[in-house]
Amino acid sequence: MSQPNPPSFEQQVADLRVYLLKFARLQLRNDAWAEDAVSETMLAAISRPQAFEQRSQLKTWLVGILKHKIIDAMRHNSREVCLSSGNDDESADPLEHMAFKADGHFAEKPADWGNPEQDLNSRQFFAVLEACTDKLPAVQGRLFLMREWLELSSEEICKELSLTPTNLYVQLHRARLRLRECLELNWFARPSTK
Amino acid sequence: MKPVYPLRRTCKEVSALLVAREDRALPLVERMALRLHMAMCQACPRFEHQLLTLRNAMGQWRNYSDNER
Repeated sequence: MSQPNPPSFEQQVADLRVYLLKFARLQLRNDAWAEDAVSETMLAAISRPQAFEQRSQLKTWLVGILKHKIIDAMRHNSREVCLSSGNDDESADPLEHMAFKADGHFAEKPADWGNPEQDLNSRQFFAVLEACTDKLPAVQGRLFLMREWLELSSEEICKELSLTPTNLYVQLHRARLRLRECLELNWFARPSTK
Repeated sequence: MKPVYPLRRTCKEVSALLVAREDRALPLVERMALRLHMAMCQACPRFEHQLLTLRNAMGQWRNYSDNER
């Protein structure tokens, strides 16, 4: 019996498919677009393995390619990207869920989230964060992750998607407040701590 | 009736400004109103802390995603 060969470059790339798909789905909220973006990423990687520098992690390199493919997909589908599916609860401003008195001042102080240093080192925290992000309505989730995962500026997002700044800011405002609320309920207010 | 004090903001208005600040530069007058309110208010700094935590969390998540599984 000969020694098992180390996995080929193609095999290593193929092994990361599921990992890439998770991010593509979270960002694009459309399985077909996500599959396409990941396939294109893997093809691009396999067709120019010499571009990969061993010093960096293969994952990191692939995610970098994937982000470009995802921006292409968003631009290409910009109309659908910004089209809410109808059950996004358009009228609700999550600011109304917070405890304000009639005069606009806090009825009670917002919760003290403490020193979140240890939260940010916890795998469970990130699982909750991902679940909360995933629960955002599709349009809000896409735009929020364009800011926070693709790291595009608001101006760049408006340009890529032909969106007005007002429209973008309304969606991001809601996304951030919903995420705050979800984290408060599912992490910071959980009974086991503090 | 419009407020007599042009820099006076309610907690609700300040909360909206703190959220907006994550995605756009605020006009000077709003930045001043925000500073003034934050200096006097006991509740809004808590909310600001939550939003900063969220900002840090997303930054960590970007890095963390490289190391998981």
